[in-house]
Amino acid sequence: MFELPSGAEIQSIIASLKLSVEFFIPEIYLSLLFMLLIVVDLVAKGKKNNLLSITTLLGLAGTMYFIFRQQSMPAGELFFGMYVLDEFAIFFKYFFVLSGILAVIITMADEQFESEVKSMGEYYALVVAMVIGMIMMASSADMMMIFLSMELVSFSAFILTGYFKRNPRSSEAALKYLVYGGVSSGLMVYGFSLIYGLTAETNLINISSALSQHGYDPVVLILATLLVLAGFGYKIGAVPFHFWAPDVYEGAPTPVTAYLSVASKAAGFALLMRFFYIAVPHGGPVYEDIIGINWVSLLIIISVASMIYGNVVALWQKNVKRLLAYSSIAHAGYLLLGIIVMDAFGTQATLLYLLSYFLMNFGAFYVVILIANKTGSENLEDYRGLGKKMPLAGAALTVFLISLVGLPPTFGFIGKLMIFSALLTKGSLYLWLALIGIMTSVISLYYYMLIPLNMYLRESPSSEQKNMNPGLLPNIIMAALMFLTIYFGLFFQPLADFAKYGSTLFGLKH
Amino acid sequence: MLSLIVFLPIIAGLIILAVPSSQKQIIRIVSLLAALAQGVLAVLIWRAYDPSLPGITAGPGGSPLGSFQFVEKVPWIGLKLGAMGSLNIEYFLGVDGISVTMVILTALISAIGVLSSWTIQKQVKGYFILYNLLASAMMGCFVALDFFLFYVFWELMLLPMYFLIGIWGGPNREYAAIKFFLYTLFGSVFMLLVMIGLYFSVIDPVTGNHTFSLVAMANQANYLQDAILGPHNVMWRYIAFAVLFVGFAIKVPMFPFHTWLPDAHVEAPTPISVILAGVLLKLGTYGMMRINFPLFPEVFHASMYVIGIFGAINIIYGAFCALAQQDLKKMVAYSSISHMGYVLLGLAAGNSEGMIGALYQMFNHGTITAMLFLLVGVIYDRAHTRQIDKFGGLASYMPVYAALVTVAWFASLGLPGLSGFISEALVFVGAFSSITTRYIAMVSVLGIVFGAAYLLWSLQRMFLGKRKPDAAYDLEVGADGHEHIHFHDWKGKIDLDGRELTMLVPLVVITIFLGIYPMPVLGMITSSVNKLVEVLTPLAIR
Repeated sequence: MFELPSGAEIQSIIASLKLSVEFFIPEIYLSLLFMLLIVVDLVAKGKKNNLLSITTLLGLAGTMYFIFRQQSMPAGELFFGMYVLDEFAIFFKYFFVLSGILAVIITMADEQFESEVKSMGEYYALVVAMVIGMIMMASSADMMMIFLSMELVSFSAFILTGYFKRNPRSSEAALKYLVYGGVSSGLMVYGFSLIYGLTAETNLINISSALSQHGYDPVVLILATLLVLAGFGYKIGAVPFHFWAPDVYEGAPTPVTAYLSVASKAAGFALLMRFFYIAVPHGGPVYEDIIGINWVSLLIIISVASMIYGNVVALWQKNVKRLLAYSSIAHAGYLLLGIIVMDAFGTQATLLYLLSYFLMNFGAFYVVILIANKTGSENLEDYRGLGKKMPLAGAALTVFLISLVGLPPTFGFIGKLMIFSALLTKGSLYLWLALIGIMTSVISLYYYMLIPLNMYLRESPSSEQKNMNPGLLPNIIMAALMFLTIYFGLFFQPLADFAKYGSTLFGLKH
Repeated sequence: MLSLIVFLPIIAGLIILAVPSSQKQIIRIVSLLAALAQGVLAVLIWRAYDPSLPGITAGPGGSPLGSFQFVEKVPWIGLKLGAMGSLNIEYFLGVDGISVTMVILTALISAIGVLSSWTIQKQVKGYFILYNLLASAMMGCFVALDFFLFYVFWELMLLPMYFLIGIWGGPNREYAAIKFFLYTLFGSVFMLLVMIGLYFSVIDPVTGNHTFSLVAMANQANYLQDAILGPHNVMWRYIAFAVLFVGFAIKVPMFPFHTWLPDAHVEAPTPISVILAGVLLKLGTYGMMRINFPLFPEVFHASMYVIGIFGAINIIYGAFCALAQQDLKKMVAYSSISHMGYVLLGLAAGNSEGMIGALYQMFNHGTITAMLFLLVGVIYDRAHTRQIDKFGGLASYMPVYAALVTVAWFASLGLPGLSGFISEALVFVGAFSSITTRYIAMVSVLGIVFGAAYLLWSLQRMFLGKRKPDAAYDLEVGADGHEHIHFHDWKGKIDLDGRELTMLVPLVVITIFLGIYPMPVLGMITSSVNKLVEVLTPLAIR
């Protein structure tokens, strides 16, 4: 039976909560922004203007200030170990807020919203809700908190995916996403319960020490790890938890696709890194697992399968969004390579790769939206001759795709370079993984180049003269993203230093 | 100076970006000016080059300055990587005897390529932007002394080349362009892994950090004993050597990785064929001389005869394929494969004569093959066909053209008095005097015979005899009672016009001059090649 806490205990709980709130300001601020957006929507109901999107943009930009203030705060646990504040979390806070900002920017450019939906109120509020959820995912230090934050992200994402209510593909995508999400969350929670059974702890750091001090049944732990991986694997879209990805990416509104493929994936990676680095032991004689299978070997299998499957299946895609969906499965595989290395350099490489993926994938989807605005299509065939009609869009998309392949002088190359460097610091142990990564990226060249091939090498069947200029502001944003992709490919030091900063996890014993 | 010569074309490309696409003439002139400025810089570098400095490895005190020339060395990126130390990349340019000849060749061929591009009418602006990007990347490859920088330039060449073949190429251009891209990328991605492995194996003696510097890598004393590519890891060193070799061999192209070349050449527009044959193929053998061999000398020593055998296969197989071609451009493409085989053979000899011959052959092949492709382009512009049997008796109607073709063809088959002869002779001298390659050289000599066969045969079929019934041109009896040639829709001059002569005459002059007096080039390269041979010779033999 529960014993009621005494008055003094309650006092200390309240004091501790008060203390924690100081370190929780960005999240509180974002929650207020979420509510403000609903109010703004009520006030400005029915008016087609940019009030909502501008409010969201300014609001999200304001968050940066509060995150910046957190940089000088000491790393530590909040709310009785539910939550942590560390450099790793701050890195991802910036990452998710920036993703939110970019998601809003590219939503503003998408003309499909004007014809498909009446009101954008919930949309922007949900984008902000997802930012909150993802920030919490990256900061969770407790299995309860992990589950809650993941569900917050998932539910926002389900609604965003199905935001085009009258479009059957959008609704179908949302339903598929929901069903897969439900199943994988269930599996993950089952895994959590097994771990709780082993350790009687929910806090990650406590789990780690309980496992190493009291020992454990390796079969149960590996089973629990596998189940938890089902939940994380679903978020990062890695094989064999990827089945939702192509349909959802194709059916969802394109800005949502971009947002999911970058931010939601990154949140999954943040969780995965924190959970496996901190909670589940690895290596060393204390942690002998059954027949040499530990979670690193599980990740290796998932990573190799994702790289091969994503890149090979993408070869046959005829729809650009679907093609990018398979490419994003493949990129989950590359990102996992950095985690497999299991050291600070590997983490740094993964974070840098995430930054490069952020830039090039948002860029690619942005151009896809601008092209769809003009042509009304996302099919590869309809890209024929676009290079001449939309010169800047064509050039920008080519740069983003080259970056996705990983060719210099683009940021994507630096990401791959760091990942492969991290693998090779382990000598010849992981060389074969690097070889698979390298060979699959050659395969990826073929399908990525299908897009420039259609844009530049083939002539458009119709010769009608139509104004294809996407407008001044989109052109500037596109050019800026393209410039940054190349600039960071040549001068990546600041971002690599930022990734180094972000690779410090609270409670990690290296 | 080197930065300027590398980035001039990119600057020109940026200027062109600002020019409206209707101003075709301005775009061409800007490109030409950049190419000419590059040429002037190349001449300045040539005049100021001190042939006594060896290059290849660092000079006294571990500094590149006493060994390389025109050195520019600036820290570019210095990352902290936690426990792994740091990632240091330098912007490091410099030339020695091996690269300085290639710099001059690149400047020359780039300028000729711009002139040859004058007739491009489709999307002129895009064409010249890509062309200038390609020109910069090629030049960068030859002067980069930091492996990372080299790799960036190396990969930077691929995309412009893809589009230049893919947009401005012939009917089957999509296939040729992606084939080129995939083949070369396949070769170079493995190079990336070797590059990373080398980084973690080599220590810069001056700073004590890991380094990408090719100069430091060329000295075996700088390797960590137990690192992944350190001297103790014999197996990985062999694998790394093989991987790098394949990467470069694809570019050469060496049998059996050559199949992209005929496709790329046949589909590419003339100026791009000129660049491809004149400069890009040299990057393969240059990479071997700069990176592949000096970094793994003991592996090179063990695999000399394998390289020699592949060289011989290239020579003979290329010649046989050329013999079978109906398409003149395809014939020239296969002759390119054959002639790059001489370079491989000379490198495989591993001695000074062979290496000097190989490097000189690289230079000569650049000028001669550029000439061959330009000449093929001339007749294709007029007749819109390259089928050898659609011509006949051209010598009577296009005497200047016929004369230049004869010079180029004879230079290609190695007639004494023309530059190709000297380099091929040196290659064979080197190959015969090395025990390893002696018998290979004996077989390879046959290649010269077959080379003469396809060149002379094509010359005879196209230029001698009479017009064939299904020829690609008509004959009309003019007012003066003589027969005149007439191409169906060709409005220009029948024989070579001024622009074509401007492109071809300098190459002819160089070919003849260097055939009679090769010292300007040989003098520049000798000390570097000797140093390279010294680096490649195992200590036991030295």
